[in-house]
Amino acid sequence: MNYRMILNFIGKIMGVEAVCMMISAFVGFLYGEFSSALWLALGAVVAFAFFVLSVIFKPKDQVFFAKEGLISVALAWVLMSIVGALPFYFSGEIKGFINCVFETVSGLTTTGATILNDVESLSHGMLFWRSFTHWIGGMGVLVLVMAVLPTASGRSMHMLRAEMPGPVIGKLVPKAKTTARLLYIIYIALTILMIILLCFGGMNLFESVIHTFGTAGTGGFGTKADSIASYSPYCQWVITAFMLIFAANFNIYYFVLIKKFSSALKSQELWVYGAIVLSAITLIALNVRGLFATTGETVRHSAFQVASIISTTGYTTLDFNALPTFSKSILLMLMLIGGCAGSTAGGLKVSRLVLLCKMIQNRILRVVHPRNVKAVKFEGKTVDEETLSGVSTYFALYCICQVVVFLLVSLDGFGIEVSISATAATFNNVGPAYGAAYAGYDGFSNLTKVVMSFAMLFGRLEIYPMLILFIPFAWRKK
Amino acid sequence: MKIVISGCGKIGVTVLESLVNEGHDITVIDNDPAVIEEITNLFDVMGVCGSCTDCDVLREARIDEAEMFVSTSASDEINMLSCFIAKRMGAKHTISRIRNPEYNYSALAFLRHQLDLSMAINPDMLVAQDLYNILKFPSAMKIEHFSRRNFQMIELNLKPDSALDGMSLIQMRAKYSAKVLVCAVQRGDKVFIPKGNFVLKSNDRIGITATPTEAVKFFKELNVYQKEAKDIMILGGSRIAYYLAKMLIASGSSVKIIERDSEVIQRFCDDIPKATIVAGDGAQQELLLEEGIKDTEAFVSLTGSDEENILMSVFAASLEVPKTIAKVNKEELSNLAKNLGLDSIVSPREVVSDVVVRYARALRHSLGSNIETLYRLFSDQVEAIEFKVSSEFEMKNVPLKEMPLKEHILIAGIVRERKPIIPTGDDVILPNDRVIIIAEGQRIQNLSDILR
Repeated sequence: MNYRMILNFIGKIMGVEAVCMMISAFVGFLYGEFSSALWLALGAVVAFAFFVLSVIFKPKDQVFFAKEGLISVALAWVLMSIVGALPFYFSGEIKGFINCVFETVSGLTTTGATILNDVESLSHGMLFWRSFTHWIGGMGVLVLVMAVLPTASGRSMHMLRAEMPGPVIGKLVPKAKTTARLLYIIYIALTILMIILLCFGGMNLFESVIHTFGTAGTGGFGTKADSIASYSPYCQWVITAFMLIFAANFNIYYFVLIKKFSSALKSQELWVYGAIVLSAITLIALNVRGLFATTGETVRHSAFQVASIISTTGYTTLDFNALPTFSKSILLMLMLIGGCAGSTAGGLKVSRLVLLCKMIQNRILRVVHPRNVKAVKFEGKTVDEETLSGVSTYFALYCICQVVVFLLVSLDGFGIEVSISATAATFNNVGPAYGAAYAGYDGFSNLTKVVMSFAMLFGRLEIYPMLILFIPFAWRKK
Repeated sequence: MKIVISGCGKIGVTVLESLVNEGHDITVIDNDPAVIEEITNLFDVMGVCGSCTDCDVLREARIDEAEMFVSTSASDEINMLSCFIAKRMGAKHTISRIRNPEYNYSALAFLRHQLDLSMAINPDMLVAQDLYNILKFPSAMKIEHFSRRNFQMIELNLKPDSALDGMSLIQMRAKYSAKVLVCAVQRGDKVFIPKGNFVLKSNDRIGITATPTEAVKFFKELNVYQKEAKDIMILGGSRIAYYLAKMLIASGSSVKIIERDSEVIQRFCDDIPKATIVAGDGAQQELLLEEGIKDTEAFVSLTGSDEENILMSVFAASLEVPKTIAKVNKEELSNLAKNLGLDSIVSPREVVSDVVVRYARALRHSLGSNIETLYRLFSDQVEAIEFKVSSEFEMKNVPLKEMPLKEHILIAGIVRERKPIIPTGDDVILPNDRVIIIAEGQRIQNLSDILR
């Protein structure tokens, strides 16, 4: 184990966090909220201290293997959450340290689950920081670090892979640095576009920015207790569209950027994703048609909820609890599926679902014709055994982890519906769940909040990096 | 610069590693997904899994945007075909590894022209050439030529009883009349570009530049001169052995080749009738003794196994064969072999990556200065580069002692109208000169890079 190298990487990440916190402090300052600005700046100082520490203790050798990569990513996320919670805690705007950490984890992992009962009482600076965590957590802090800071090691893929969701992570261009930059360029461009569109819809700049951050990271923090419900249909449609956009694979936008539209349209995952979205919208629209006055309204609400849940954003335009059971069940399915690989969304990912279905199909074929040999094809290519077994193992692990979280959450005695949906909503980084968990997570015990915080981190980093932290042999010195 | 490399064997990976370190954008193509996985984990490159003769695979690797395509797979035919396709699909320069003797010699020019290859690399031929140079001048551990053989860069180990032990470079210059320049010294793992007050120690590995005649004089003065080896025993009938034997026979040496495979023996007998071919297992010491290893002037071990090469060379050295050379391909083994006291080691990997890197660097800076030759010495820590000076060089006509050179840079030689000059502080660089630069720990792309 190369501890110094790990420290060095964590330091770099904390440096980025420090900058982000300073920006939030500046926003607070602009709104004349000096106390929140001060606390945010102080948080930035703490984060910066870690950065300085890593600069002082330079690693002796640059040797860096998969294990170090995974551990540094996991540790960095945990540390970021704790440091990011400091301003909330010290300013007293959120009570209780565990609550503060929960809120920050929920922000960074782009979950959007909140323990706040009255979000509207938060100061602008804190609101901005809360949503800004979505934005940086969505595309990934490490990707950002890679894009802006020099990294010497060629073994950067271990880390890129640890932070980016999906079964196989490829690069857009040969260099990891250029890939990271391209991803952020696309990300920033889409973000700016959305802010502008929301401003046209009559939202003020601050709220546009907050909601764009929430959508871009597929997070779900907003400025109002009733989420998006009170905004105009235009804004709701814009948000619907962008939630779907941010939950699609970013490779597609790269292909569009380099004008290779045919490659973009060839993506099988995109088509399946589209099909799931459309059928879910149709089914829910049919199911809830009596609830709304016009068809337009019905479609708008169905589309918004479907987009919000499959992209694991968690904005709502209506109370989930008002929906019929069938619609709620569909939304629960969508929570588990999540967005596409290589997006900012959480969940199992559509590509894994496609691969699993194809594997099942092959297995059934083998049962009927034992000598039949058939390769699993995805996006026009044969998927190798290693990837397939990786997907099936991941799926098993994904189920086991959720069952464990569910068991722990059910200790609080909120009933099966709430426990299951809250587990799915946190582990898949969605946010709001059913029943009591729709409004917020404040009612849960501290133990459950800690469990859920870990669940969110597990879900965001796709289990393995976090799991390794709990495995003793990973910490041995070789 | 965008570069696509196909085939990730030993040579492919070495080329890849050097080019990554040069900062190029690299995409690799290989058939084996496990290899691609491994490579993309180790290096900052993009991997495409598939056949390099498949248009779709090449398209996925963005061959149309590639400045350079290097095909290093094991098969000559696949390399040539993929280079041809790549060229047609828009790759600007194609480099193919072609090592089979039937494609080399007279057919090569034709093939290169017809396939529009920018360069054909024959690693075995290049290694054979290196071996040949060493055998012609056995006092050196390694020898490289600059500027059409006007200059040599010679590596040698200082033996414990060396006359140079404890001598500074200034003292050395005063004591010996031969005009040589010590341009790099490797001590342990460290490499120095020495200044005048640098004191040499035994067990140092030093690099000197000199003209061929001065080099001979120097070695004679040092009393370590060995005359050219005329009676050579080669172990293993590899392709390198084939090319080497041809060259040696042509220069009038006597060559004995030991090989066990009867098919290979047949080909050697057909193509190189003047060589003595011995059928048998070269790993048997008995056989080597019987074939007179004790009386040969040089022993070259070129079998497919690095381990066997190292062991048999150690054996030959123990019999006091004046010159033993081993082919060692694996990097980790070559360090081991050096520790065992084997001084001359050749490695096909390094030779090829030198050539490709030189080509890539010349491409990148095709304007202004021209890289003529590039060698990397002492485990790639030092580069020796020959530039042709263009008229735009800003420090022409400035005496070297007044030139603001960067640290760890040395001007090791100037060739003016074919006349080699070992430079002193008063010499100047003129347009159309060729200068040889020694640089440690940095990449010199352009002659003006040496200036501060």
